[in-house]
Amino acid sequence: MELKELYQEIILDHGKNPRNKGKCDKFNKDAKAYNPLCGDKVHIYLKLNKEKKVENLSFEGEGCAISLASASILTDIIKGKDFITAKKITNEFLNMIKDKTSVSNDILNEDQKTTIMSLSGVKKFPMRVKCATMVWHTFISALEGKNINE
Amino acid sequence: MDINFIKSQFPIFKNKINGKPLIYLDNANSSQKPLRVIDRISKFYSKEFSNVGRSVHSLAVTATNRFEETRDLVKKYINAKSREEIIFTKNATEAINLVASTYGERFINKGDEILITELEHHSNYIPWHFIREKKGAVIKFAKCNDRGEVEIDEIKKLITNKTKIIGITHLSNVTGAILPIKKIVDLAKTKNIPVLVDGCQGAPHLKLDMQELGCDFYAFSCHKMYGPTGVGILYAKKKWLDKLPPYQGGGGMIEEVNKDKITFPGSPTKYEAGTLQTAEVVGFSESIRFIEDIGIKNIMKHEKEVMEYGLENLKKNNSVKIIGNPKEKGSIIAFTIKGIHPHDIATILDEDGVAIRAGHHCCQILHDKVGVAATARASLGIYNTKEDMDFLCNAIEKCKKIFEK
Repeated sequence: MELKELYQEIILDHGKNPRNKGKCDKFNKDAKAYNPLCGDKVHIYLKLNKEKKVENLSFEGEGCAISLASASILTDIIKGKDFITAKKITNEFLNMIKDKTSVSNDILNEDQKTTIMSLSGVKKFPMRVKCATMVWHTFISALEGKNINE
Repeated sequence: MDINFIKSQFPIFKNKINGKPLIYLDNANSSQKPLRVIDRISKFYSKEFSNVGRSVHSLAVTATNRFEETRDLVKKYINAKSREEIIFTKNATEAINLVASTYGERFINKGDEILITELEHHSNYIPWHFIREKKGAVIKFAKCNDRGEVEIDEIKKLITNKTKIIGITHLSNVTGAILPIKKIVDLAKTKNIPVLVDGCQGAPHLKLDMQELGCDFYAFSCHKMYGPTGVGILYAKKKWLDKLPPYQGGGGMIEEVNKDKITFPGSPTKYEAGTLQTAEVVGFSESIRFIEDIGIKNIMKHEKEVMEYGLENLKKNNSVKIIGNPKEKGSIIAFTIKGIHPHDIATILDEDGVAIRAGHHCCQILHDKVGVAATARASLGIYNTKEDMDFLCNAIEKCKKIFEK
């Protein structure tokens, strides 16, 4: 059933107990987004260090189970990755939502792949795609944006 | 009254949604259309179509007559004094913009006050915001109380000698509160302040009598009244239509055009620039006939019964919180479920064929006040039954089960 694909246990778990919520320590980049259609809000905080590694990553926001789970999963998986890898994973994720059935890169371990693919259920619910994708676009804006106080 | 017979007149209910019968509870957003409305539009295009009010050939005469007959029907239906007081717009939003723009242009100046309420749909706020920006006017918001209604005393408190217009909803699209329009109009009259009523939710569910209400402007949309999209109606007292300037310029709204001077005819022509949604206006005549055949009082009674049944059952569920508890309530139930976001509720209900709306319903001011970003909303129409309310309650139980895992 499609509904079960959408509300998988991984999603419900991340939705109810989102990881990395709040402002992380010493963040030097941030970006926020708002979906005027539903009122979902997300604010990404990240620390990109001198080696261009996402040393710390967190989010604040309110929204549906899908959007919170997506933000939680993003922060969980991307934290600790370098700039290029983070962008690669994000692209993989957005491609997966758009047309591909799975993520194919070799950066993620099997667990991470399963987690990230749990969000692919939104494909069958076009009105909910943005719930899953908004935070990933916001993350890229933060990552590529100027440093705070620069 | 045979609801099954009434429902059978709506072809949409023959379709399955996700393999289930459709339980349509999004009527405050837009209502479904009976076959006679759909057929009327089709017949107009097949047999009577031409542009209206311009050419002299036979079809033009027929089309013009059909179009103008709807105006007469609307005039009678809402008990306006004259047909000139009925203006067709593209929707209620445009009707309010028309008033805000023309009245604002002529009568609102720096420091003047526009009085609206916290219950207003964005359509009855943003047009006034434009005038606030343009003219340096002030917008005052009458507060809604804990029951989700606006009391007459709150309006009384906010009226000053700078108040130039009152814009107020007839029936809140979130709390369902029916506002004391007549009392507000009577009060405003003593201070010579015109009142604009946003009748989008009022018109499909309440008896409309402009002479009894006494308001200066009443805006409503046809698509919420079992009618076609693309048509709204502005009722305006003739004294205003004579005083106010035209809204949009274009074909069909002029008297004489010269290189240095243009003159305009009276209402409604002055306000109906360009070719309107002709077939849809004609189609709306069947919506009025449909409502009149059942009788608006019967519609009100039926919807109230179904709503009260639904409310009672929803209130038994401890996780459900109903937004607002007005004494006079139209058939709109906005609610939240503890721990489940309204969008998740709407998606899960949809799987069972239950169509509701989730979001802020274009009422961010009210949602901010209640302290939630979004609510779920079930809103009724004539075809809804107590059984639909059972479906809703069962689907909500299913929601809880999914999230309680």
